[in-house]
Amino acid sequence: MKNEMNLYFSALSQNESFARVTVAAFIAQLDPTMDELTEIKTVVSEAVTNAIIHGYESDPDGKVFISVLLKDSSIEMLIKDEGIGITDIDEAMQPLYTSKPELERSGMGFTIMENFMDEVQVRSEPGFGTEIRLKKHLSKSKALCN
Amino acid sequence: MSLNIDMKVKQDVLLIRISGELDHHTADELREQATKAIENEGIRHIVMNLEHLTFMDSSGLGVILGRYKQIKQLHGEMVVCAISPPIKRLFDMSGLFKIIRLDPTEEFALERLGVA
Repeated sequence: MKNEMNLYFSALSQNESFARVTVAAFIAQLDPTMDELTEIKTVVSEAVTNAIIHGYESDPDGKVFISVLLKDSSIEMLIKDEGIGITDIDEAMQPLYTSKPELERSGMGFTIMENFMDEVQVRSEPGFGTEIRLKKHLSKSKALCN
Repeated sequence: MSLNIDMKVKQDVLLIRISGELDHHTADELREQATKAIENEGIRHIVMNLEHLTFMDSSGLGVILGRYKQIKQLHGEMVVCAISPPIKRLFDMSGLFKIIRLDPTEEFALERLGVA
């Protein structure tokens, strides 16, 4: 069965917890483990924070878009901004790389996304924005496949 | 969900107990409060008790790393304790335990620093 939700909100830091809690509430119907739920929440937080800090450079007029598609026991998320974009995606995805060290960014956002999800795809166009596609199969579905 | 910060000064040790959720939004307040205490209270070491932290992302790693850098300049030690398995995973992933000490409990950390 397919089930979809879409959400967009202002690029404000107080919406980071709103975003991860909302996505977690939607995903709860697939009965994920606590670890899986924590992983999804962390990943949403990373991608949304990137959109706010880097995509929109903390301009609250920006909008962050999230789509979540549940298919059987798999989760597909698209987290998107229409901000400044990333010129060098490979560099941005390096562990500990950050373009904003003055803001005490750890540079671990993409590394965490790659560790917690099965698939991470980043598309970005400077001046137009960034979209991150994230996929994860829940452990229940893995057990069925094996 | 927000972040609660409870700070206590024990000689040259700043004990920070945080509970709730540490993300980009709440990291600023922790940074400001901790920096103020480090600068004004003659602090050399930090013990951060994460027992009641229910969520943390890479912004939390950033603010903890930032305090480590501050304390290192004072030749002090940065200790985290009572860390939960999901948050420990983030520390492991980032290699932060190579520079930040992990102690099992707050009591243990304070005793080792001689301020229990």
